[in-house]
Amino acid sequence: MAGHKHPSYLKIYITLVVLFIVSVVGPEVAPAFGAFAKPVVLLTAFGIAIWKAYLVCAYFMHLKVEKIYAPYILLACLSLLFVFFFGTATDAMFANGHNWVKPMDENEKVEEAMARSYVLNKDKHGGGHGDDDHDSEAH
Amino acid sequence: MAEVAPAEVGHGDAHDDHHEESFWSKYVFSTDHKIIGFQYMFTGMAMALIGGYFAYVFRMQLAFPGSSIPFWGTLSPAAYNSLVTNHGTIMIFWVAMPVLIAAMGNFCIPLMIGCDDMVFPRINRLSYQIFLLSAVILIVSFFVPGGGFGGAWTSYPPLSAKAEYNSTPFGAPLWLIAVTLEIVAFLLGGINFITTTMNARAKGMKIYDIPMLVWMIVIASILFMCSVGPLVAGAVMLLFDQTLGTSFFDAAAGGDPVLWQHLFWFFGHPEVYVVLLPAMGIVAEVVCVFARKKLFAYKLILFSSIGLGILSFFVWAHHQFISGVDPRATYLFTTTTLLISIPVAIMLFAFIATLYGGSIRFSTAMLFALAFIAEFLLGGVTGIWLGSSGVDIYLHDTYFVLAHFHYTFVPIAIIAVFAAVYHWFPKMFGRMMNETWGKIHFWGTVISFNGIFIPLFILGSAGQHRRIYNFQNFPDLAGQNMQDMRVFATMCLVLMLAFQVIFIVNFIVSLKRGEKAGRNPWNATTLEWITESPPPHGNFGSTMPEVYRGPYEYSVEGREKDYWPQNEKP
Amino acid sequence: MAHQIIATGRSRTGIPTGRLAVWWIIGSEILIFGGLIATYLLNRFNHGPSWSVEAANTNTFIGACNTFWLLTSSLFVVYAHAASERRDAAKTRMWIWLTILLGGFFMGFKTYEYATEIHHGFTLFTSNFWSFYYTATGLHGFHVLCGMVILAIIAEGDIKKGRNWHRVENIGLYWHFVDIVWIFLFPLMYIAK
Repeated sequence: MAGHKHPSYLKIYITLVVLFIVSVVGPEVAPAFGAFAKPVVLLTAFGIAIWKAYLVCAYFMHLKVEKIYAPYILLACLSLLFVFFFGTATDAMFANGHNWVKPMDENEKVEEAMARSYVLNKDKHGGGHGDDDHDSEAH
Repeated sequence: MAEVAPAEVGHGDAHDDHHEESFWSKYVFSTDHKIIGFQYMFTGMAMALIGGYFAYVFRMQLAFPGSSIPFWGTLSPAAYNSLVTNHGTIMIFWVAMPVLIAAMGNFCIPLMIGCDDMVFPRINRLSYQIFLLSAVILIVSFFVPGGGFGGAWTSYPPLSAKAEYNSTPFGAPLWLIAVTLEIVAFLLGGINFITTTMNARAKGMKIYDIPMLVWMIVIASILFMCSVGPLVAGAVMLLFDQTLGTSFFDAAAGGDPVLWQHLFWFFGHPEVYVVLLPAMGIVAEVVCVFARKKLFAYKLILFSSIGLGILSFFVWAHHQFISGVDPRATYLFTTTTLLISIPVAIMLFAFIATLYGGSIRFSTAMLFALAFIAEFLLGGVTGIWLGSSGVDIYLHDTYFVLAHFHYTFVPIAIIAVFAAVYHWFPKMFGRMMNETWGKIHFWGTVISFNGIFIPLFILGSAGQHRRIYNFQNFPDLAGQNMQDMRVFATMCLVLMLAFQVIFIVNFIVSLKRGEKAGRNPWNATTLEWITESPPPHGNFGSTMPEVYRGPYEYSVEGREKDYWPQNEKP
Repeated sequence: MAHQIIATGRSRTGIPTGRLAVWWIIGSEILIFGGLIATYLLNRFNHGPSWSVEAANTNTFIGACNTFWLLTSSLFVVYAHAASERRDAAKTRMWIWLTILLGGFFMGFKTYEYATEIHHGFTLFTSNFWSFYYTATGLHGFHVLCGMVILAIIAEGDIKKGRNWHRVENIGLYWHFVDIVWIFLFPLMYIAK
């Protein structure tokens, strides 16, 4: 492919990093929105993910200048994925059907999860096994 | 724009080298699409013998429960389950797919579109090697402690996930690994077929000049690629459940066994069209050649098959009508399932319309092609009952389902394949098969095939369940007339298997002593018939063909010959 | 058999054959990863409360670092592509090796992360959330590793010898896809708690 016009890769990268920072910071600032906390987190997490994916596809993968076959292939596969999800969801996302109930008890599971949760219990153990907020290999 | 192919530094020759090649590099490690096609074809045929043998053993058990079966011995219930499971698995994954898609695709596509090989010959070779490995692993699974997997080809958890239920702690994961590897092999192969057809066509071959067989294999490859993804994910999860003790599909631990069903059937339904389309393509080619007529409504057939492909992603839950799915979902899936019969019917009737007014010659290949149309129609209409959720409540898991899918699968995997072999054998091997023996093989196969499965329709409607070891244990299914039908079906199976000996002998003898075939023994128009039989390495010599017209210009008005090859200058 | 295949050089669609194949591969991988993620989502919606508690134990900082490594490596690989179009072997190889380096950081951080989580008692079989977590991130990590290996082969086997420049773009496409999968895995496993 010969040279083609494109916005600076660096500019796209900076946009990506800014978006990334917003998505990480999202859950921290979300409580400030009160009742809208959850939608804010979802928007910053997934809305931004979609935006980032679009930027990578359009500019880094050059989909904007690619022949039309490529986007069609990708969109077709993506649509089929949604067909699978929504077709299965009607079945898999219910905890009971007409004549049956799923045997698990969610509350029990929550208790089990809380019992083994490191994050919840580490204060009890007085500080735990070393801070996991370390990047040990950055160099 | 057109990139140069990766340079292969090899024997130091820059030109076409045809110095002495060892047996190994010429036949075993070849990258030539024709050889790879043969490798797939012969592996598939060998696996068909194994699958057919399994069917013989378990049908003998059903006909004569508890007796000692010749060439096996007594059959235990566990071994029965294993034979039934592996018969299905082998026939779909290691016979139908390799022969219809990989063998026909590999051999025919480059020749029919006028190029010298697949665009990725080494990936082609790799795909066969992975496929062969998968076949070996499956066969190994029969001999490990506990024996081969016996949880049905659909492999539903928790039966398939827990060794305490399926009693095959080694067989189950090996089976799953074999299937997964086979899927990987076909993903690789599919990419080859699709990109070759999209990019490497001969000069002048426009979209609607592509032979229908090529289209069908490409569409089938796309269907396969798009449907198998979730199953690969599911297979990894099931494998972890089996070997590592995770509980993706364990309801008690919060997993969901019905999820496997969805993951499986989202692939399982498009899969049947993945094998159907190439069979239709073969029939299209054969019918045009032996009716000396242009294919009726080429574009309609093409768009119907594309519509079929798309629609096939919306019908999968008709395999799950009684598994407890939301009844509102069943309304949707019944509607789509009934709708999907329309494109299939369009295609079959287009073939029949092609015959109308043609100058029909009943060669063996043509007989098989016509039998495909008739038998598949019968199979298809019985699907209407099964697709209706209400009736399916009664018929699900009975032999009615089994007879339905054999009435569709046997035409696909056996009848259409025989049509293809009889038709392209002269091109593949440079010799003609014996027509008389071919016709005897045809009648023996088709008549006995119907003898096997018509009784099974009747038994299924009478309530006979699938996957049962001995019907004498069920008082309402143990009556003498029902048992007589089972015996009759089994005897017809034995007869059908016996007739295959004729085919095998015909095949082998013709390889050496058949009448020499010229370039174009059937006077056909598509590009594979312009080159030598068998085609040389590089297919077309130094000048690649150029295309000037469609693929089915037969009996054109005003022309002397009744066929007009695609590459003939106007 | 060692000769040029005419078919590989043809391009009726206008897209070079290798790149066309990569688009199809990415399409099928969308369904494989997508199938896994869809299954995760279906389970997550079903078990919201308990999985939320479990998910709190993933290490957001390391996940974020890994996202940063991959984003930056995507930039580097597209620079490698630009260099390959100029036929600049030295620069191309430099950018490719920088991409591999960042991939290495990703794998290194991931290894540390897994080790810590296992140390805290969260293994593949602890619960279904963790089974999904390890399977999805593990499958993704495997794809990163394969990408790194192929990048290295292209850098040393092809670019060093000044041939097959188009392969840089093709592996770049694969690398971007792996980055995009992580762009979605990151919020799923680390942010949406």
